[in-house]
Amino acid sequence: MELKNNIQIPTPRVGTVDFVNGPVIKASGMREFGMREVVKVGPRRLMGEIIKMDGEDATIQVYEDTDGLRINEDVIGTGEPLSIELGPGLIGSFFDGIGRPLDSLLKAEGMYISPGTAVNMIDRERLWDVTPVAKVGDLVSGGMVLATIQETPLLVHRIMTPPDFEGEITWIIPSGKHHAGSDVARVKDAFGREVSVPMIQRWPVRTPRPYRERLLPNEPFVTGQRVIDGLFPLAKGGTACIPGGFGTGKTVTQHQLAKWGDAQVVIYIGCGERGNEMTDVLEQFPVLEDPRSGRPLMERTILIANTSNMPVAAREASIYTGITIAEYFRDMGYDVAIMADSTSRWAEALRELSGRLEEIPAEEGFPAYLPSRLAEFYERAGRVVTISGENGSVSVIGAVSPPGGDFTEPVTRHTKRFIRCFWGLDKNLANARHYPAISWTDSYSEYAAEVDGWFCSNVDARWGELRDEVRNILAEDNKIQQVIKLVGEDVLPDDQRLIAFTAFLIKNGYLQQNSFGSDSYSPPIKGFEILSVILEFHHRAMELVHKDIPISLIKDDESVDAITHLREFPAEDKKSFDGVRSRIGAHLERVAAERTRKLRGD
Amino acid sequence: MAQPEYIGVKDIEGPFILVENVSGVGYGELVDIRDSKGVRRHGQVKSLSEKATLVQVFTGTEDLVPNNTKVRFLGKPLEVHLSKYMLGRTFNGLGEPRDGCGEIYGGKRVNINGLPLNPMARQYPRDFIHSGISAIDTLMTLIRGQKLPIFSGNGLPHNQLAVQIATQSKVMGSEEFAVVFAGIGVKHDDAAYFTQELSSRGHSNNIVTFLNLADDPVIERIATPRMALSTAEYLAYELGMHVLVIMTDMTSYCEALRELGVAAGEVPSRKGYPAYLYSDLASLYERAGVVRGLEGSVTQIPILTMPNDDITHPIPDLTGFITEGQIVLSRELDAKNIYPPIDILTSLSRLMKDGIGKGFTREDHPGVASQLFASYSRVQEVRSLAGVVGEDELSKTDKAFLSFGRIFEERFLKQGREDDREIGFSLDMAWDILGELPQSELTRVSMTDIRAHIKKKEK
Repeated sequence: MELKNNIQIPTPRVGTVDFVNGPVIKASGMREFGMREVVKVGPRRLMGEIIKMDGEDATIQVYEDTDGLRINEDVIGTGEPLSIELGPGLIGSFFDGIGRPLDSLLKAEGMYISPGTAVNMIDRERLWDVTPVAKVGDLVSGGMVLATIQETPLLVHRIMTPPDFEGEITWIIPSGKHHAGSDVARVKDAFGREVSVPMIQRWPVRTPRPYRERLLPNEPFVTGQRVIDGLFPLAKGGTACIPGGFGTGKTVTQHQLAKWGDAQVVIYIGCGERGNEMTDVLEQFPVLEDPRSGRPLMERTILIANTSNMPVAAREASIYTGITIAEYFRDMGYDVAIMADSTSRWAEALRELSGRLEEIPAEEGFPAYLPSRLAEFYERAGRVVTISGENGSVSVIGAVSPPGGDFTEPVTRHTKRFIRCFWGLDKNLANARHYPAISWTDSYSEYAAEVDGWFCSNVDARWGELRDEVRNILAEDNKIQQVIKLVGEDVLPDDQRLIAFTAFLIKNGYLQQNSFGSDSYSPPIKGFEILSVILEFHHRAMELVHKDIPISLIKDDESVDAITHLREFPAEDKKSFDGVRSRIGAHLERVAAERTRKLRGD
Repeated sequence: MAQPEYIGVKDIEGPFILVENVSGVGYGELVDIRDSKGVRRHGQVKSLSEKATLVQVFTGTEDLVPNNTKVRFLGKPLEVHLSKYMLGRTFNGLGEPRDGCGEIYGGKRVNINGLPLNPMARQYPRDFIHSGISAIDTLMTLIRGQKLPIFSGNGLPHNQLAVQIATQSKVMGSEEFAVVFAGIGVKHDDAAYFTQELSSRGHSNNIVTFLNLADDPVIERIATPRMALSTAEYLAYELGMHVLVIMTDMTSYCEALRELGVAAGEVPSRKGYPAYLYSDLASLYERAGVVRGLEGSVTQIPILTMPNDDITHPIPDLTGFITEGQIVLSRELDAKNIYPPIDILTSLSRLMKDGIGKGFTREDHPGVASQLFASYSRVQEVRSLAGVVGEDELSKTDKAFLSFGRIFEERFLKQGREDDREIGFSLDMAWDILGELPQSELTRVSMTDIRAHIKKKEK
């Protein structure tokens, strides 16, 4: 294939291993090799990448287990940097960190993953129904759509010309069934050379795919999680991070976003996490339905897993593999979301490799280039105009696992510099099983104002107003709780007790959300209804409190208790919401009337 | 194939020896070392370069004389001999019999490091393991194929708890079961306690024990859990047994790793532990699970003592990030004479959500569990408030919480060492105790469940 990267490929080049220390090896006789070139090491052809050149010697990080590797064994060049295949058949697949499909590995190797197994990322034999879009004689440039494939009922896969590409089509694939391994077109370039464009492209994972221009993110990425959509919204093409100690629910939150997030393609990267979590996704997603289309979630999902017991160098690569696939679908004009769980494991992989390279560590043993690597990754998110003129976006949500739940550690701190939406998980909320345990005091979203317009026109014009009021009440409550801790609730004036009570309703009736059952996906309108019931109650109760009606009378009714159970109703059940509303109204009127009667001395 | 023998080593430092001008040696290979008296030791290749090969010597380098130490590279990794006749036997940390009953014959040998399980080969664990302990069954349900560590402190009854789980769990019911016990740097008394308790309750023929005692060589501690896990995988996936692996004490294991890392001159990370501590622990803990299409399962209960009871110390911290939850023991509850002293708020079972509720335990289980957590967390707040203003000054609701907390600890948490409670019994007791609270505080259980369980009581 001519369309490869700029590394020239001379005759087979072979170096020899002369040092082995876990995943880091050194080889000599490497002057003909390229920096960052992928090499095959030893008789088992373990995959590795050159990360340092020093005279005749090269340092190589190996993506597989190096047990049994010997001195003087061969190192063979492949002529390209770490690349993955992009084409039809990605959706619904499950890859390891370097893009090997785990189902093919399972067939080839059985239940364990053994080193040195080479399999194609995309099944070339699979037949697809191809519909050509371009015709012979068309002038094409990079990113233009040549043909389309209905990859899943949810997604049309657009076969595009590779970026940096121009010419005239001399042949185009006829409509009908074709193997994924076939060519889609032949194109005559400016020098009169005919080049074939295969259905499967290769792209080096560490190089961002080009786009024409960046757009401001002003459309929300609706997640169906009330605390996120309502208080700390994420925009399409935005970046967010979820830091939290162990057991605070990072993974459950990530799973929720992968399930219910408003994206056409979701890429879930399990980076150095548990094998069972990936199995969980794999068993659930084919059964769960996308709330927007009613189709199985697997039809829009791609999974990448490099579990914690898989080789550490491939963990480092998995993040890049994921974001490259995301950019590829973005270039087709889709909104793509990528969940990286957890970026701390990726940073630790960097640290581990850096340690083995004996580099001088910066903070807590992390290499000094940690912040620039983080920035490079998060900056690959964004809402863009693609090179072919479509609008597409990549939203990135990274989980962070700070040691001891301490948000001042280097990975959390540097990540905060490059993201605009921060969902901090709170240990105390998690201990009380208040899920999602997203802290309403630590978290923030810089997108809140930018996406308000969308919510106002698509949900309710009072969206922003309600949001501000809720945040005020929660902030007030925060202060009041400090006092309650010292002197107890009974001594507070009633208006403050009411604020604390309304905050209690917001926390238990609105912010808290079950990750299973009917409440798992809560459309924005449902959250809005709950909030408006709570705030209406708050306003009217405040009037009564100002008329010196004791708060115990206001609180004490079945209809007020029902507020915290509102979220058990489905969003469509307007009747139940209105029922609670009118019962609260009646109850408050009764309280007010009784009070007036008493004052009159009846 | 005869391997050449090298005579003389260049350097000896800590547990490492450096052998020069060696050829044809593989990374991670097993090494046979003989001292001047001809006594054999084992070692493993730690790093390879053209001039020198670094070998880590199990059982230590004491008495080795550089000039006449003989080194032979065996061309294979460290292996464990597996066979069904291991059941009922006791081995040392390197898999050699230490019960005086002779060698194991038959079976096969495998690399103790194992291989990572393909996530696609796994089956998501969903089978509830009855442990008979109310707090565990109701609030941090153990699932077959889970890795659920006990975070404990020195002097807390973690061993008793592990034995109670092992003997009461229905893993040991009618089906084929086995317990693999790995003692890593444990005190002699602790090891004896386990073997005695388990065999006195009639399970001696289903236990395989690997013992590296506190006074055994530190370096063998690296191999001990891997021996145990390879055995567990063999029993589970090849013989179709449900295996419970108890590994204690993981803190000794991590200390051993640190000691070796420092001796090898590696760049240390948090608190001097090696940067690969996470990956290394994961290579142990991830060896739990259920494989699709196979009969058996591997469930792990690692026990670790938190240094200074500090849960943010790297060992419990990294463990918590890998395992599927944790059972945390509390010194405060232990002082109140509550056994098992489980601190439910910091304890967690991540796999519980899919193994409880309708069709598994009981429909109301998830709601009840969530409500108990929420209410008990409120109890803590009220208690600290009562400490400031005094109990008499509390509001009626707060007083209800205090009494709820007391009853919860005395009746629900506390139970006898041989008290085996059914899950239905535990849930009913939970409803009974929740009845202490005003209904407006029950926000986590659905209205339907409140009507079904609490109003019924009032009648």
